[in-house]
Amino acid sequence: MKTLVSLGHFLYNRTATMILIAALALGAVSLLLLTLGIAPTTIAVAIAHGSIFSWQKFSHVLSLWIPLLLCSCGLLFTFRAGLWNIGVEGQIICGAIAATALLREGSFGLPPALILTLALALSFFGGGLWGSCAGLLKNRGGVNEIFGGLGLNFVAQGLILWLILGPWKRAGIASMSGTDMFVKELWMYTPPGWRVAPAALLLALATFALTAFLLGATRFGLTVKATGNNPLAARLYAIHPERTGLAAMAIGGGLAGLAGGLQAACVYHRLLPPISSGYGYLALLVVMLANYRIAPVPAICLFFACLAAGSIQLPIVLQLDSALSGVIQGACVVSALLVHGLQKRHKGEN
Amino acid sequence: MDISLPSFLAAIAVMAAPLVLAALGETLTEKAGVVNLSLDGTIVLSAMTGFVVASRSESLTLGFVAAALTGCAVAALLAVIGVWLNQSQVAAGFALTFLCRDLAYFLGSPYARQQGPQLATLPVPFFSDIPFFGKVLFSHSLIVYASFLAIPCCIYFLYHTRHGLLLRTAGENPEGCWARGINPQTVRIIATMTGGTLVGLAGAAFSLAVKPGWGQPQGCEGIGWIALALVIFGSWHPLRVVAGAYLFGMLQLLGIYFQDSFPTIPAQIFQVAPFPLMIFTLILIHLSSNRKNRITRLFSGNPPKWLGRAYRRS
Repeated sequence: MKTLVSLGHFLYNRTATMILIAALALGAVSLLLLTLGIAPTTIAVAIAHGSIFSWQKFSHVLSLWIPLLLCSCGLLFTFRAGLWNIGVEGQIICGAIAATALLREGSFGLPPALILTLALALSFFGGGLWGSCAGLLKNRGGVNEIFGGLGLNFVAQGLILWLILGPWKRAGIASMSGTDMFVKELWMYTPPGWRVAPAALLLALATFALTAFLLGATRFGLTVKATGNNPLAARLYAIHPERTGLAAMAIGGGLAGLAGGLQAACVYHRLLPPISSGYGYLALLVVMLANYRIAPVPAICLFFACLAAGSIQLPIVLQLDSALSGVIQGACVVSALLVHGLQKRHKGEN
Repeated sequence: MDISLPSFLAAIAVMAAPLVLAALGETLTEKAGVVNLSLDGTIVLSAMTGFVVASRSESLTLGFVAAALTGCAVAALLAVIGVWLNQSQVAAGFALTFLCRDLAYFLGSPYARQQGPQLATLPVPFFSDIPFFGKVLFSHSLIVYASFLAIPCCIYFLYHTRHGLLLRTAGENPEGCWARGINPQTVRIIATMTGGTLVGLAGAAFSLAVKPGWGQPQGCEGIGWIALALVIFGSWHPLRVVAGAYLFGMLQLLGIYFQDSFPTIPAQIFQVAPFPLMIFTLILIHLSSNRKNRITRLFSGNPPKWLGRAYRRS
């Protein structure tokens, strides 16, 4: 009975916090819209219309949800290890490049499923390698992972531009619209009327389950947590904070790379310059809004994906810029920081 | 294209002016122990407010004031979250940088690609006629002169005034601040807002002078991250930080020159290249500064002891 009551309290507190955060963020954005002479309800209707009112729209939301969830899972590892992995964008790009390197060569007469699996494994490896670079720069050179990651983002951007405009350019003319399409048999199966491959959806769900398991119920998860919470104490338990941090960066990078591989293999069927489309930065906001906890991540990803998909309509329907979705997302995170801070202050913790 | 040495140096001074302002602003903030990671978004947002206010009021002064106030307001919000509420400054900075950037694109979209006012060059009488130096230092717009002036002012303030000493104490030893009867949190909040004001001016320097106009993208994206990297790798000394800013200005300018000389290489590569080049130059300097010799010792320095750490009176 006592456990039930405390569970009730716990859930009540969490729900109250969530409602407070949402009220603060949406209130602030509504106020901004009202001063501009726009009714917030029209925006809400337009966004809902563009995201959840039809299966086709919702399958588009799911296609945004997959890379976002994968990147957020990767960030859960690095955040647990106490690292700010800013290089997610670069890791997505490297994953996409690694997958494209295989897929653009055709199927070699092998079963397409095998080639696709190999390509996704390669993309995990490519992203992981890029993530490890930032980790190594930190361990060996003492370069803060924020700036190592940022520098590697710029390098990855240069690399993808060079590949698309140089060695992998379209037959005839180099174009910013990307490389040639992969052969049709290497497109991941997408049922008619869907905008998302069921296999990708399953992969994302499985990755989330595995992340929750690894971080929540294994020795490795505890090691990562110990490294993040207190590296000095971790050493006393024969944990190597540097090695664990590097492993977290490699896994985080790998999952981002997998997201990039999926973007190339089942969304665009080619490599194009904006392949990372800001998912890396958006995933940072997701995990921050989840207050670095695992459970709320899929729901927040879905909410953010709905905003992103729904806002695409805004310029057409209401002549408003689609950056509004970013404003709402950012406002949510800022108000979460405010609410959590005020709660701590109220409890006298700071 | 005029590629004589004086005009090349003068062009660097113009290109680097906003970066100098932003990096000095961040130096002030970080010296007080606060990391303001929202620089990139703040610059974009203040570039937008500066441009919109200046073109609607037809007053450049109002544009610069609005941009400075924007920078100050964002920094104030960061200070509330990161200093007053003791939340992670890094998290607050990230969230604000994305919020500000998207807010700028959303609010500024009706004004994109419109003609607007632009700061005119104002050669200093007599001084601008001095051979070589006249062209390099004295034939610019007001904001470039401001960036020149900000350097000695910042150094004088930090190292030769009582208030500068207080600011550094808030970053190095907040307990010492308390002992003098001054609340380090107040010092930190004021330092963050002052730094934010300079960052706001940097935004307006872009949209009203260096890359006049507003659009999506404006062309100032990414500069905030470079400014942040400069402060860390310039080891928190204004002079070294500014030297890095001019180096980046030169890299950007070389990109433009080489773009014309190598028409076979896509222009996009030259636009992106200065960013990784700069970050890796900084990283190389940082790596080599582990070896102690006279030259590399110039580049090494310690961060403020309480940088990024919340201070709570025990």
